Amino acid sequence: MTETPLLGSALPDTAGGEAANSLLAGARIGVVTFPGSLDDRDAARAVRIAGGTAVELWHADTGAEALRGVDAVIIPGGFSYGDYLRAGAISRFAPLMQEIVRAAGSASAANLLPVLGICNGFQILTESHLLPGSMLKNDHLKFICRDQKLRVENNSTWWTSDYAAGQEITVPLKNQDGQYIADEKTLDALEAEGRVVFRYVGLNPNGSRRDIAGISNATGNVVGLMPHPEHAVEAGYGPESASGRSSGTDGLGFFTSVLSKLVGGTK
Amino acid sequence: MPRIVVDVMPKPEILDPQGKAIVAALPRLGFTGFSSVRQGKRFELTVDGDVTPEILQQAREAAEKMLSNPVIEDVVNVEVVAD
Repeated sequence: MTETPLLGSALPDTAGGEAANSLLAGARIGVVTFPGSLDDRDAARAVRIAGGTAVELWHADTGAEALRGVDAVIIPGGFSYGDYLRAGAISRFAPLMQEIVRAAGSASAANLLPVLGICNGFQILTESHLLPGSMLKNDHLKFICRDQKLRVENNSTWWTSDYAAGQEITVPLKNQDGQYIADEKTLDALEAEGRVVFRYVGLNPNGSRRDIAGISNATGNVVGLMPHPEHAVEAGYGPESASGRSSGTDGLGFFTSVLSKLVGGTK
Repeated sequence: MPRIVVDVMPKPEILDPQGKAIVAALPRLGFTGFSSVRQGKRFELTVDGDVTPEILQQAREAAEKMLSNPVIEDVVNVEVVAD
């Protein structure tokens, strides 16, 4: 995937210089495209801005090679299959999803594929049973788009290790079916196991149970959330922040977290 | 050709946001006799030929595994309708 950077060079200068940059670029993060995906290019761009290499993945590709040897996968936002049946319900049965479910959920524990599902990606992960619960239509019934404050409740997952525990971040939120729901027993288990990764702060935008914005699986390699970190990675195109208009880049930590872990050789 | 009808409803304990919106709108048209609405889905699966027990079983499995999400919905009816 090539594209013209919007702001000169998309890659920031990092403190480690060339060597660190080339190390990061060796980490390959796959971004899945379904019919109706919307934010796949944004997610790929976020990976590149964080210093990694973004790899296009196609929903209909079959077999283990469909994953193209990537080190991690992002399932982006959008309206795959037009949200027909239920959001994410048809994407779940895509051939590529079978490979992702196998690599993320049932491979040996030492070699689990890190997967991040954003918005529709989160919905696909719940439909795939990689994450528990489901999403209902927002309790107020309207599509909502706002800069949303979140608290990072768990910074030990593959996708949150560059944040401090309890850190508050602001990233865009935009959805119609964002009300997270699960039975009380499941919610209690998620809380007890530290698997509530993000909680809405200030305002619960959709009626989600216990203000849950994002969760992880038991091993912390699979994370899903409704808000969009990939839209908060580049000054000039992010949420409002204290440092200026549209200058929020709080979402970048998702992508640097997984890259740091991959490069750190902990996988 | 015969069809298999599958009806799916939101679980009783789940507040149905769409049903809530509908019940709020009914009185605006003068329909004042209804205290609640729940909105579900009806699927019609057309079968080429006879509905064998195996095909009916396939429909039941499809209803549980794909047409509904057991976290939020129940399959409330699977029946054969002959034309």
